[in-house]
Amino acid sequence: MSLKKVHDVQPKEFKFSKENLKRADDILKRYPEKNKKSAVMPFLYLAQRQNDNWIPLAAMKYIANKLSMPYISVYEVATFYTMYNLAPVGKHFVQVCTTTPCLIRGADKIVKICKEKISPNENEVSKSGNCSWMEVECLGACVSAPMMQINDDYYEDLDETNTREILDSLLNDKPLNPGSYRGRKNTSPEKKQTVNGGDLA
Amino acid sequence: MEATLLKKENKIFQNLYNELGWEIDNAIKRDDWKDTKKLISKGRDWIINEVKTSELRGRGGAGFSTGLKWSFAPKEVGSRPHYLVVNADESEPGTCKDRDILRFEPQKLIEGCLLAGFAVNAHVCYIYIRGEYFNEGKRLQKAIDQAYDKNYLGKNACGSGWDFDIHIHYGAGAYICGEETALLESIEGNKGQPRLKPPFPALVGLYGCPTIVNNVETIAVVPTILRRGGKWFASIGKPKNTGTKIFCISGNVNSPCNVEEEMGIPLKELIEKHAGGVIGGWDNLQAVIPGGSSMPLLSKNICDTITMDFDSLIENKSGLGTAGIVVINKDQDIVSCMARIARFYKHESCGQCTPCREGAGWMWRILDRVEKRKATFSDIELLSDVTKQIEGHTICAFGEGSAWPVQGLLRHFRKEIESRCREEPLIKKKTNNPYLVDQHLLENKNA
Repeated sequence: MSLKKVHDVQPKEFKFSKENLKRADDILKRYPEKNKKSAVMPFLYLAQRQNDNWIPLAAMKYIANKLSMPYISVYEVATFYTMYNLAPVGKHFVQVCTTTPCLIRGADKIVKICKEKISPNENEVSKSGNCSWMEVECLGACVSAPMMQINDDYYEDLDETNTREILDSLLNDKPLNPGSYRGRKNTSPEKKQTVNGGDLA
Repeated sequence: MEATLLKKENKIFQNLYNELGWEIDNAIKRDDWKDTKKLISKGRDWIINEVKTSELRGRGGAGFSTGLKWSFAPKEVGSRPHYLVVNADESEPGTCKDRDILRFEPQKLIEGCLLAGFAVNAHVCYIYIRGEYFNEGKRLQKAIDQAYDKNYLGKNACGSGWDFDIHIHYGAGAYICGEETALLESIEGNKGQPRLKPPFPALVGLYGCPTIVNNVETIAVVPTILRRGGKWFASIGKPKNTGTKIFCISGNVNSPCNVEEEMGIPLKELIEKHAGGVIGGWDNLQAVIPGGSSMPLLSKNICDTITMDFDSLIENKSGLGTAGIVVINKDQDIVSCMARIARFYKHESCGQCTPCREGAGWMWRILDRVEKRKATFSDIELLSDVTKQIEGHTICAFGEGSAWPVQGLLRHFRKEIESRCREEPLIKKKTNNPYLVDQHLLENKNA
């Protein structure tokens, strides 16, 4: 279960943009007509993307109305799932995986650098006004640990030096490219195999 | 030892690292979509029997026979339609195999969906992808669109006479949605809390209709099994633990990687031949989590000889799970590694059942005390008791998943834990403790 704080300052109104209305129609076609409630999760994503990566209460009411479901049911879904942001996050939203496989390869160092570069506390927008960070649970890229997700992209195989470079690039609004920072091809084993004590000579 | 490495021609996922291209034309060169129409024309019984012959066991963690699961779907479609749901909510710490299938072998999954959908009488398939895999989902959607363009999906899919559609549904960061009934709740637009079973999804699943839920890897190996024959698949690996499997080797190894290997490969060989060995050498190994964080860890002496398959690991009180192997060497503090896993479960518990909701946090707090050397000896008994009270007392297997790793730690590293405990608690508590779970421990001092 996630604890989430709803933002104090809320816009009065929310409506889907023209493009999103069309997307919403396409989404509804995926589910049986009498089960249109299924569209609540994709609709919340649409709202989040339209509203600078966070969902205002007005959007939940709007979605509830569109799907003819009680407002509280939409609220229930929005608060249950951790990826719905109920308060503003930075334009560059950094999520650092700190679960065990990343932890044992140095995720705590990445967290330390985030505290230094972005803000001392999680979910706090940086002084530059364009970044925020948080610790998250396993992002499912364990063989590329340590790693972080910035908006939609995975930055993998990190160390302290390149984490600093990546975060600097965000603060300057010129994000570096995602992918492996040890230059390897996806999740393939690296060639330089140093075997100590193994029977592979 | 060379002979036991999986032969190239027996590899199912040839493009695991995207060296050959993911797009449909590249995939067709790798024999995807070859004779799909012919396979379907042999009928559902043939497909299900061939999968049964292959002895394929689900790749999502539980290891249930796939052919058997499919045969639970009603033979005839009644008043309710059937659904196929693919579980791509890969969130088990240590596991990242489905991500590579979604990115680089999407056509294997899509073709598998059509074949499996036909076998269980489903015209519609939902693929539930974890929300964090946004780019992987986009890639899969492109691949689905390419398959539609070639008429492999849609009306009269692949010329088979069967109509078949695939939709993607994104999760939003809840680990529990990897549990099949929580996943169905999530697709229905609810919060992801598991349902009581029975009824099982095969009879009452999505929207109350018969639904078969399978893992990505399970579905993606089906086309190759049908093309090459169930007997071929069964000839790889060990009896009842057949075929190939993608292993994810992470943690303290020299070159962490995903690799497809034969079931039953020795763990040591897997780590040394594919992942470049343990950092600091094999003797520097402390423990291995063999199947994602829910599976109890193995101590080094077991790792020396264990083979990676369902049954060998169960014999050693662990499990193959998702085959996410986390290697922990002696430079790590084993208690803090496991405390972090306990924290993961505390964070991810859906809160529906009290033993799990309260117990997961309780286990984490005790392990945190042990890590900081503030725990007492009686805490060890308490910890062991909490794990037993969670296990078997929850609606879904999350309870076991959170309790087992702690039990594994207690089993193999009790001395390490005891060395950090003290006689007297920092703060003395009243002995007439009112909590139910503690009642039988009241005879102990300061329980």
